[in-house]
Amino acid sequence: MSENGKSPNGPAEVASFKVKVGLAQMLKGGVIMDVVTPEQAVIAEEAGACAVMALERVPADIRVYGGVARMSDPGLIKEIMAAVTIPVMAKARIGHFVEAQILEAIGVDYVDESEVLTPADEEHHINKHNFKIPFVCGCRNLGEALRRIGEGAAMIRTKGEAGTGDVVEAVRHARTVLGEIRRLQLMPDEELMTYAKNIGAPYHLVKETKELGRLPVVNFAAGGIATPADAALMMQIGVDGVFVGSGIFKSGDPAHRARAIVEATTHFNNPEILARVSENLGEPMVGRTVSSLAEGEQLAGRGW
Amino acid sequence: MKIGVLALQGAFIEHMKMLQRLGVTAVDVRLPEQLDGLDGLIIPGGESTSIGKLARTYGLMEPLRTLAQEKALWGTCAGMILMAKEISSGSAGKDQPLLGIMDIVVERNAFGRQVDSFEVDLDVPALNNGYVKPFPAVFIRAPRLLGVKGTAKVLATLPDGTAVAAQQGKWLVTSFHPELTGDGRFHAYFLKLAEGNS
Repeated sequence: MSENGKSPNGPAEVASFKVKVGLAQMLKGGVIMDVVTPEQAVIAEEAGACAVMALERVPADIRVYGGVARMSDPGLIKEIMAAVTIPVMAKARIGHFVEAQILEAIGVDYVDESEVLTPADEEHHINKHNFKIPFVCGCRNLGEALRRIGEGAAMIRTKGEAGTGDVVEAVRHARTVLGEIRRLQLMPDEELMTYAKNIGAPYHLVKETKELGRLPVVNFAAGGIATPADAALMMQIGVDGVFVGSGIFKSGDPAHRARAIVEATTHFNNPEILARVSENLGEPMVGRTVSSLAEGEQLAGRGW
Repeated sequence: MKIGVLALQGAFIEHMKMLQRLGVTAVDVRLPEQLDGLDGLIIPGGESTSIGKLARTYGLMEPLRTLAQEKALWGTCAGMILMAKEISSGSAGKDQPLLGIMDIVVERNAFGRQVDSFEVDLDVPALNNGYVKPFPAVFIRAPRLLGVKGTAKVLATLPDGTAVAAQQGKWLVTSFHPELTGDGRFHAYFLKLAEGNS
């Protein structure tokens, strides 16, 4: 017997929090791309994406179509899983634990409990501890991030404003979370309980975040990233990697832009390389400024 | 001693932190000129397609092969795939660049998808220093060794006999992720290999 009580070569433990967080750690420094067909998934993999998000409509189209946005057809997700060897993620509605059960049953690698879809529950998120597959959730601030981790999220992404091609909200949310962590590190321990109460976060996660000087799980940026410069901006601000939704396949030359964003995410601190990969990319997605959206059109406010 | 960690994509910061904890200078490597003056290099876990394509685009494939001729090299998970001479048919990603350094045959995603990822306490005789202390091994969408050839030898197997770590001279590969644990023994073992030629 070893000191931890387990015998060498003893039984394997699947679906531990460590292996859930571990996959997110392997995605770091990479780009996760939204794809709506197996062909797009292959283009993303060939461009060097570290994972793809399989869905029926990218957020920009969800805005155009309106109506209720739900989990994608499992048949489509399975086709995308069969087309590539990299991890495949898929979205479930906030609080819709049966959509998440279905995604687990078909074996996706990560579930995104996403504000981009129409929420199924306006008070509660999914109890993510109940699942063998890991979850990523959006946040706008530290309290929201730690509530999601408390519910079992193994990865966090700052929300930004999906489907706009406007990076301003991604910057706001990443700066908010990272700034709150910096201030937390300066707080004396006797202030932590009241701080936890004020931001609505579990005390033990506030304490752990202070000790680590970062979120206890991997933190990507999402929502509005459309250019290599946008991706490098988020990396320099201090996130671990980026999601690019509508920005690639709503642009004029998706394969070229996808490669450029992958290279910019790796070489985020090298302006000469950023300049070179930003050249001649063709038309970016058209985009909508976040300031022009009506209040009901903003997705980032979904999440409790 | 100065050890490089290939920092194109994946869990490179975890390796750098472990090396620093062991008192070694850790350097993140994204471009060929950053390989100068290293005593060894770690290729981290991540997506082998992403890492391979970025390595090829930025002219790192030949410099890495040259480095391996003289220095210690360690591939964890994706790094093990990149170091292999052979990937079993059907398991490689499309257009997967390989360094083809070590005489091993590797199967990618050999245990299934993320839902099949697991932790296990592994007996690694090479790490036992007079007493048996299992190594906490974390397998994430992990590859496995289907065969070792030439002078390569297996360092660890799962209870069912699946080979998950190997060494060939100063080259090391592991299917699992010592950098995700608090146990620095595999890193210390690698540093001994690197010391042999510094």
